[in-house]
Amino acid sequence: MLSNSAKLGTRKSQHNNNKGVSMSKKVLCLSVGLTAMLAATPAFAQTEIAWWHAMDAQLGEKLQEIATGFNESQSEFKVIPTYKGTYPETLTAAIAAFRANEQPAIVQVFEVGTGTMMAAKGAVYPVYQLMADNGEPWDPSGFLAPVTGYYSDVDGNILSMPFNSSTPIMYYNKDLFEKAGLDRETPPKTWAELETMSRQIVESGAASCGLSSAWITWIQTENLSAIHDQPFGTLDNGFGGLATEFNFNGPVQVKHWDNLKKWADEGLFQYGGPVGGADSAPKFYAQECAIFMNSSAGRAGVIANSKEFEVGFAPLPYYDDEIAEPKNSIIGGATLWALNGKDPEVYKGVAQFFTYLSEPEIQAGWHQFTGYLPITNAAYELGQSQDYYAQNPGSDVAIEQITRGTPTANSKGVRFGNLTQARNVVDEEFEAMLAGSKTAQEALDSAVERGNQILRDFEAANQ
Amino acid sequence: MQAKRTTFPNKFLPYWLLVPQLAVTLIFFIWPAVQALKSSFEREDPFGFKTTFVWFENYRRLLVDPMYVGSLGRTAVFAFSVTALSMSLSLILAVAVNRVLRSNRAYTTLLVWPYAVAPVVVGILWWFMFNPTIGIAPYLLRGMGIAWNHRVDGNQAMIFVVMAASWKQISYNFLFFVAGLQSVPQSQIEAAAIDGAGPFKRFWTIVFPLLAPTTFFLLIVNINYAMFDTFGIIDATTQGGPAQATNILVYKVYTDGFLGLNIGSSSAQSVILMIIVIALTAIQFRYVERRIQY
Repeated sequence: MLSNSAKLGTRKSQHNNNKGVSMSKKVLCLSVGLTAMLAATPAFAQTEIAWWHAMDAQLGEKLQEIATGFNESQSEFKVIPTYKGTYPETLTAAIAAFRANEQPAIVQVFEVGTGTMMAAKGAVYPVYQLMADNGEPWDPSGFLAPVTGYYSDVDGNILSMPFNSSTPIMYYNKDLFEKAGLDRETPPKTWAELETMSRQIVESGAASCGLSSAWITWIQTENLSAIHDQPFGTLDNGFGGLATEFNFNGPVQVKHWDNLKKWADEGLFQYGGPVGGADSAPKFYAQECAIFMNSSAGRAGVIANSKEFEVGFAPLPYYDDEIAEPKNSIIGGATLWALNGKDPEVYKGVAQFFTYLSEPEIQAGWHQFTGYLPITNAAYELGQSQDYYAQNPGSDVAIEQITRGTPTANSKGVRFGNLTQARNVVDEEFEAMLAGSKTAQEALDSAVERGNQILRDFEAANQ
Repeated sequence: MQAKRTTFPNKFLPYWLLVPQLAVTLIFFIWPAVQALKSSFEREDPFGFKTTFVWFENYRRLLVDPMYVGSLGRTAVFAFSVTALSMSLSLILAVAVNRVLRSNRAYTTLLVWPYAVAPVVVGILWWFMFNPTIGIAPYLLRGMGIAWNHRVDGNQAMIFVVMAASWKQISYNFLFFVAGLQSVPQSQIEAAAIDGAGPFKRFWTIVFPLLAPTTFFLLIVNINYAMFDTFGIIDATTQGGPAQATNILVYKVYTDGFLGLNIGSSSAQSVILMIIVIALTAIQFRYVERRIQY
């Protein structure tokens, strides 16, 4: 009963929140209506656009700044951003609200939720259609190719508005490299180099570990597969339909997990926990580990926490005996989805807001402040003309890594339903391997098998 | 029962007086429980567009799922360990306080403090202390030659959450034990002492048996606490990991339902939990009734 009431409590509070919004909206509408009747001047009535997001701390403030900028640029609409917790919490809140018919007009959904959102055809208002219906300019070719590729449906239409996209990169401690007798300006290019360098760092006593990594699933499995042109799932990594199956238990992935286990036993690699790997960043900041892999959006945090040493930025390493020219890395981050069930007037505002968001100045400002990728070519070019990349060494590592070469079916991205659950399974199997109860092959085989069960559930629920 | 029977002049008045309580029960307990029961027989996409009635499919899949069966086992281990640890420690503390002649009020007050701390705050406190990277405990344990990393080692993770969950419950048990000890007649203990029974003998043959009703009540409460009230602690410390080593039933309901958006399976799990609670409560009532007659 307790668990049940706890569950109810969460639902209830969400419901109450929504109620609060709708109540105030109703009151507002009522008062607006009355005023309109009395004075017949409804012009001041701003249409409110609710925007639920998952950006906290500095990112949240910057997001608020963007909304304020839009609100001040015109008088017809007012975008109201609301922080809804983590990405999964925001998604769950939006879904619960949708079921209660209290959904926001815009919700920020992380890349892992893309499959879920795309399958929910009746719930979303595809952005390309939204822009066309409201006569706003819409040019998909203005976006960076990997971004368009990741968020398009099978017909090539972009369904959600790209907002904050990132890709994993490597951060390293230049001072520790020097202390270990390595060249401070030469980060490892391949995994073999990373291994030797880590060993030298640990053996020389410069630091107690070489490498720590956030996001084992996203960085050491999904991106590893893309960079080495290895499939993650059948049917073009799930882009081809719901019948897709995982197959990331191939030789390259097994080799890499094997290595991570070997390095963990030797003390060269330290595990930072499941999902985002919350413990890995402190290991890097405290100079316990000399190398750290994380999202490019971690840049601001890394710079803020590395006052006592100098940080270097580099692309992710690769296995040069597996691939000569590493492929592009893939996207993480989130996009903005317009949800169905609002007034046409609201969508007009949403469309205008999206146009505002894609302006090069806004995009470049967001990108340079946060470390997320510039989403449009224009924003990237603006940064170049501002000399931003020259003045901030390493700030272009992410964009160069994600745009290198021609994307293949394996490096275009991944699209799976219930990917949050599947990623939990991958984390669990990785932990089982680290604990020594499974080999890399066994762990990956089991992750694939359990993951496929999750995909079948999703397929069954969405057919 | 010789109390005077109250009669109401209006036939409907008693029902009106009951309405608020009944309404609260219906809206906040019965209705969601029925909803959970209903969706436990359904398969549904997260947005609720397509709902298929699947009979007992959700239950069948749970019972053949090694992960779920494993979680049942882990919940049993966790509940048993938390109950045993927190009850034995609080009994020792209560007996100790009972023997202290001066300032036992002060000890009692101090020992009750942890109960006022919210589970999630408890979780964060322990998370800090035992964080493999920045925690003080792993640092000290390393000095003793123990490599502590509950991020990887499932047994360590279980020990860790058991410690955190027990710590929180000690105060509660302690209060009941202190009250129970004070109701043990001093004359019987003195009589035993005159007969030559030492402190241990006195405790085991007189005090402990007389404490039995309190102990049994606490046993049920503690098992319930460990199984259903430790969500916050698990969420703040291990999130059920590593490799599901601390994924107890109540946490699995949350991860499958709220993170995995698998409403059917999550509902089936909460129905199973509901059945377990009902069974535990039934046992408790039967036993307590017997004690009263005794």
